[in-house]
Amino acid sequence: MNRVWSWLALGVGLLYFFLPLLGTLEFSLRKRKGEYSLDAYTAVFADPAFRATLGYSVGMALLTIVFGVLLVVPTAYWVRLKLPRLRPWVEFITLLPLVIPAIVIVFGYIRLYNTSSFLPLTGSASGTNLLLMFGYATLALPYMYRAVDTGLRTIDIGTLTEAAQSLGAGWVTILGRIILPNVLVAVLSGAFLTFAIVIGEFTLAALLNRPAFGPYMQLLGANKAYEPAALAVIAFAITWACMGLIQLVTRFSNHTRVNA
Amino acid sequence: MTFLSISHLEKSFGANRVVKDFNLPIEKGEFVSLLGPSGCGKTTVLRIVAGFESPSSGSVTIDGQDVTGLRPNDRNIGMVFQAYALFPNLTVAQNVAFGLKVKGVAKAEAEARVAEMLRLIGLPDLGGRYPYQLSGGQQQRVALARALAVRPRVLLLDEPLSALDAKIRVSLRSEIREIQRELGITTVFVTHDQEEALSMSDRVVVMNGGIAEQVGTPFEVYNRPTTRFVATFVGTLNLFEAEADGQGLRIAGVPVRLPEAVEAARGGRLSVALRPESLHLGGGEVTLPATVEAVEFLGSILRLRLRVAGVLVALDTFNRADAPPPALGRAVEVGFSARDLVVLNG
Amino acid sequence: MQPTKAPRRPAHLWNWLGVVPFFLFAALFLILPTMQIVLGAFRSPDGGLTLANLRGLFTPNIMASYMISIKISLASAIMGCVIGFCIAAAVTLGGLPRWIRGPLLTFSGVASNFAGVPLAFAFLATLGRLGLVTIVLRDWFGVNLYATGFNILSFWGLTLVYLFFQIPLMILIITPALDGLKREWKEAALILGATGPQYWRMIALPILFPALLGTFALLFANAFGAVATAIALTGSSLSIVPILLFAQIRGDVLGDPGLGYALAFGMIVVTGVANAVYVWLRARSERWMK
Repeated sequence: MNRVWSWLALGVGLLYFFLPLLGTLEFSLRKRKGEYSLDAYTAVFADPAFRATLGYSVGMALLTIVFGVLLVVPTAYWVRLKLPRLRPWVEFITLLPLVIPAIVIVFGYIRLYNTSSFLPLTGSASGTNLLLMFGYATLALPYMYRAVDTGLRTIDIGTLTEAAQSLGAGWVTILGRIILPNVLVAVLSGAFLTFAIVIGEFTLAALLNRPAFGPYMQLLGANKAYEPAALAVIAFAITWACMGLIQLVTRFSNHTRVNA
Repeated sequence: MTFLSISHLEKSFGANRVVKDFNLPIEKGEFVSLLGPSGCGKTTVLRIVAGFESPSSGSVTIDGQDVTGLRPNDRNIGMVFQAYALFPNLTVAQNVAFGLKVKGVAKAEAEARVAEMLRLIGLPDLGGRYPYQLSGGQQQRVALARALAVRPRVLLLDEPLSALDAKIRVSLRSEIREIQRELGITTVFVTHDQEEALSMSDRVVVMNGGIAEQVGTPFEVYNRPTTRFVATFVGTLNLFEAEADGQGLRIAGVPVRLPEAVEAARGGRLSVALRPESLHLGGGEVTLPATVEAVEFLGSILRLRLRVAGVLVALDTFNRADAPPPALGRAVEVGFSARDLVVLNG
Repeated sequence: MQPTKAPRRPAHLWNWLGVVPFFLFAALFLILPTMQIVLGAFRSPDGGLTLANLRGLFTPNIMASYMISIKISLASAIMGCVIGFCIAAAVTLGGLPRWIRGPLLTFSGVASNFAGVPLAFAFLATLGRLGLVTIVLRDWFGVNLYATGFNILSFWGLTLVYLFFQIPLMILIITPALDGLKREWKEAALILGATGPQYWRMIALPILFPALLGTFALLFANAFGAVATAIALTGSSLSIVPILLFAQIRGDVLGDPGLGYALAFGMIVVTGVANAVYVWLRARSERWMK
């Protein structure tokens, strides 16, 4: 009886989740009249704007990941090691981006960093890129911080640090060669999640007027019929790849740990 | 008069038979332990009595009522679990009152019963605490009170002490036994700890591989184990290879005349066993030469490791301040009485 | 003054130095921008203090936008919680085979991040006027979906779309919490005479309550701030608050900067209140925790 309900709940869930994916896939193949074809995909891949915007977003994602790791790993490490009393505050701050809507934050950026402000980031393209990257880092902060902090919890950073110090290591060495490798799986999980978030992000890029993948998709959606479906399939594949990679690194690390 | 009767119980998980033709009649007010290594089926038997598992065949009867097909919540049984099964969101008093509340017992009566139970377990003032504010031992006592508050017909204890510190474990043993006697409640206790089983029970059931190897009082099970498994699982044992020659045995060439009670084998090789406390230094009814290999000082007991006829054996003797242990490597004699020999079949 | 205290001082400062980059970042790109909005909502064009901006919110149009935004967020959060909970419970406690868990959690990770523009495309391609489901219903079952009054560009349409990331998010968060329910709790309740529903009402749900509440608050904020999905789905035909604000920032409509601040401030207030309620309820329900 119980099991029947369980299968029912799962079945309804699967139907809800797979129909849109199936529908999108089917729709994306309909560009040629009367038969299924990959024409929509060919058209998307042939569009220079597709490559340009995807390339831009990939670049931004990588920058965001690098910056996020450099910001979050030392902070999480330092707070755990030296300032545990500060942890609730830091955690509170890292959770704020889940509460304050992104559109509000970017609105604040536009007003705070306009051309006549103390930090006129929006005055130049590179400045706006930088601002966008900081914005992405803010959006990814909750995920990145939680991933790294969870990773740090599983290792005894106090002992590791003292051991490294007793061997004469400096802070850079400790962070780069001791702590980072030990939380690499957590960092990679956070990184792939960041990638998935940044690659399709729309609001920040659109309002800061940067040529990113998200606004490109939206523009295409307003003007074309079948290509958006193809884009959705591609975007889904990218998201799936990111999550798959998270699974992979987690599993890989479990294996090495068992073998060690 | 049998109160709780477990008959011809069988339980298989897939192709794995975990309980095989298990039979156990239990008297009213009796304290029975199921003792065995993990995976021996003791917990499965308990869970079948509780109603969490249904048997493949066989039946469970309580006070003349066949409860085999009854759901757990209709059985009126009390149960204490291995660790921390208190409801964390309820206070101690609410935990104890839980069973009364779902049974619809009037509030005033329930409160009186809770107070009575908390007095019984010696924690009358902790009713307002939450489980996380209690020590492990206190938590298990509250769990006992919760199980007893509904006045169950049978009390089931599933390794209730194994998650606790050694000291609390020992003190809680006698406390549980006292409460059980006071209430006269029929109790089944599952444990892998032979010391717990021997010290608390009226009867012990030693289980292995899904069957009851031996059922008896702690005295019987310890002193007269009927199978090799029981002999080795319960307590420490020294094993000797012996040769039977029709009239008696030969251990390391020394003839041993067996009393009639111990049935002599019809000839050939067999194993005999001796508890460490049955051996003593110096000659005896049977005397064997030995060398001292190690001495372990256990407080009131001194355990000597001796090599006898090529086998390493343990010998327990009481510690006495005026009799220091023999030096290592010394040649000594050990003696024992043939009455204490246990001949192991199978 | 003890001599040992002097050398400790710089070490203490050095400790705080380690978190300066983080707090600087948080201040510049999280706190200050938000403060800018809050202050801007109370500032008149000439820099004075005013309530005129906020008063501008109380027009029927804008109030209706807030109402529909809150309704969609509530509906998708409630349904996301309930449905996600059922699926997670089915997988963790419902006796389904264990191998289902891994793929389900991975898929939930994917789906909860598959939001924004592509999600809108997916639903348009499925439930739009030429979508797969619409056509299958029409050709195979003779049901004209759009004749029944269904419209993907509506309250229920948007809620249905949002559920695609709300449900998986709920599954991701609540599954560990369900795993935390000890089997012994249920067995102890049963053997004490409780029925299954009694166990859920008196034990399991109170234990899960903080987690459920937190997830609900998160789902609410998640839906309330969602911009991309709505824009890609509806253009600007459905005027929910984020779309209104988006248009306002773009300079398309209203033409009143003060009103933009007020709109954004209103969003902060709504999510802020939602989270304040969450914190308050959570504190009340967590007396039994350390």
